[in-house]
Amino acid sequence: MNVIMPYVLPVLFALVIVALLPLLAGYIVLVERKVMADMQVRLGPMRVGPHGLLQPIADAVKLLLKEDIIPENADRLVFWGAPLISVTAAMLALAALPIGPFFQIADLNIGLLFILGVSSLGIFGIVLGGWASNSHYSLLGALRSAAQLVSYETSAGLAIVGALLLAGTLSTRGIVQAQSATGWWFIFVAPVGFFIYLVASIAETNRAPFDMPEAESELVAGYMTEYSGFRWALYFLAEYTNMIVVASIATTLFLGGWLRPFANTPLFNFLDYLPPLLMLGVAGYCFWRAPKQPVAVQKMFMVAVGLLCIALTLALAMPLAAPAGSLLASSKAGIHGAFWFLFKVAAYIYVFMWLRFTFPRYRFDQLMRLGWQFLVPLSIVNVMGMGLGLALHRQLNWPAAPALILGIVLTLAAGAYLLATGEKHEHPRVGEEEETSVDA
Amino acid sequence: MPRQYVPILVFAVLAMAFPAVTLVLFKYIRPDSRATGAKLKPYECGIPPEGDARGRYSVRFYIVAILFVIFDVETIFLFPWAVLFSTREEGYRLTPIYGLASMFVFLGILIIGYVWLYRKGALEWV
Repeated sequence: MNVIMPYVLPVLFALVIVALLPLLAGYIVLVERKVMADMQVRLGPMRVGPHGLLQPIADAVKLLLKEDIIPENADRLVFWGAPLISVTAAMLALAALPIGPFFQIADLNIGLLFILGVSSLGIFGIVLGGWASNSHYSLLGALRSAAQLVSYETSAGLAIVGALLLAGTLSTRGIVQAQSATGWWFIFVAPVGFFIYLVASIAETNRAPFDMPEAESELVAGYMTEYSGFRWALYFLAEYTNMIVVASIATTLFLGGWLRPFANTPLFNFLDYLPPLLMLGVAGYCFWRAPKQPVAVQKMFMVAVGLLCIALTLALAMPLAAPAGSLLASSKAGIHGAFWFLFKVAAYIYVFMWLRFTFPRYRFDQLMRLGWQFLVPLSIVNVMGMGLGLALHRQLNWPAAPALILGIVLTLAAGAYLLATGEKHEHPRVGEEEETSVDA
Repeated sequence: MPRQYVPILVFAVLAMAFPAVTLVLFKYIRPDSRATGAKLKPYECGIPPEGDARGRYSVRFYIVAILFVIFDVETIFLFPWAVLFSTREEGYRLTPIYGLASMFVFLGILIIGYVWLYRKGALEWV
């Protein structure tokens, strides 16, 4: 019995993640459509379920029952396997991420390295899928996608090194604990690193303004052109899972993971009451809107959502009300930690959507230039600046703040220099234009 | 230590089994595909497809791949350095000045290479 016991909880978490992730991805798509609609002053999905809340379910059923076409020239085995590789690689990265201090499948001592390694395996799914389709659009889309992922992987990795310098460990849990110990989230200590990671993570998830591989106007749907039905849905699932993964990495590294804002300041302890109140508010809204829905099913579904929110409210509120020292009170860290972690992940994903609907798409050469000529050197300088600041602090006993600020200022100066030289490059004066490309 | 990898293995099997099983299972539920002719051809905006996509493509992609190998390996080398530079474990932490100097030398060589690549135009997507 003692041999099996330590595995029960992690395996249970694994089951929960695999079961909930497709649902979560579906609802992120719905939220994205709603946010897009809101920013474009329309309503978005409204027909299926109240406020379109059942749309993801309807989409899933439709995709599962759609005709399954494999092009006749395709390499059938690779065509079949490529989406599976993408999905598995994307999901596997979640294994080492701590969703709260309690919900974690495995706390590896090489956590971050594991996440980076596994999630970049997803490139294989994309390249193999594009190649196996045996279509020009798919092949070019896959190659572009691979080139883009590979280019931004470097700067993302170097931005992560900047945060690692502050944490001194690769274990994801250890990184959050390091932020808890100092009380400063790493976004405030390493803002340049966070900025680089934000840009690189958008590019790595192939999202606008860097959604080159899927540029509809150029490459139809990129590497997914020949995919339809459920196989296409698998690629989509992988893409949204990747979004969750990069948001979780950013949350763990820079945004304090499961920590509440001002976790070390007793003055702000009232923030503990925010999560249950928020849930209660959503529940109240659902109950208020339920009778106004036109169809009986929609009324019932709205009430069900309200009840779910009430249950979540209870789960979040009970540890607060329970007497100190009891089992319930000690579960507070786990439950509230999960809430704050998911809240930050959601906020990060919202920023993704916001950027998507704000910026026009980059051109491919501009994208590569930004990656290789701005972000890579900037992230190298960022690592040097952080190292210099920390060394001044530790060796010469400078106070931490001026030492780190010196590092950041040096990094920003390098960034300004790169921007200035890049600008000259981007708009060459008349007579010294470069040849424009036609390929790829 | 390998004990921690058991749940990950289970998770990996689950993550792979979920899409595969759904894919196979729904094959028996959904109507059979009766696609013939043009529907099975690769999509090229409606015109009959021109040849097959196993041809050659731009050499730039190869250069990006080579650049990636250089810079990513260098990033991976920085990971253990970053951990040793700031680790909280007693006796393992590098002396700050030694750590800083070794990193500056390492990245300095890399920056020289980067500048050379830049001058050569290897970082231009032309």
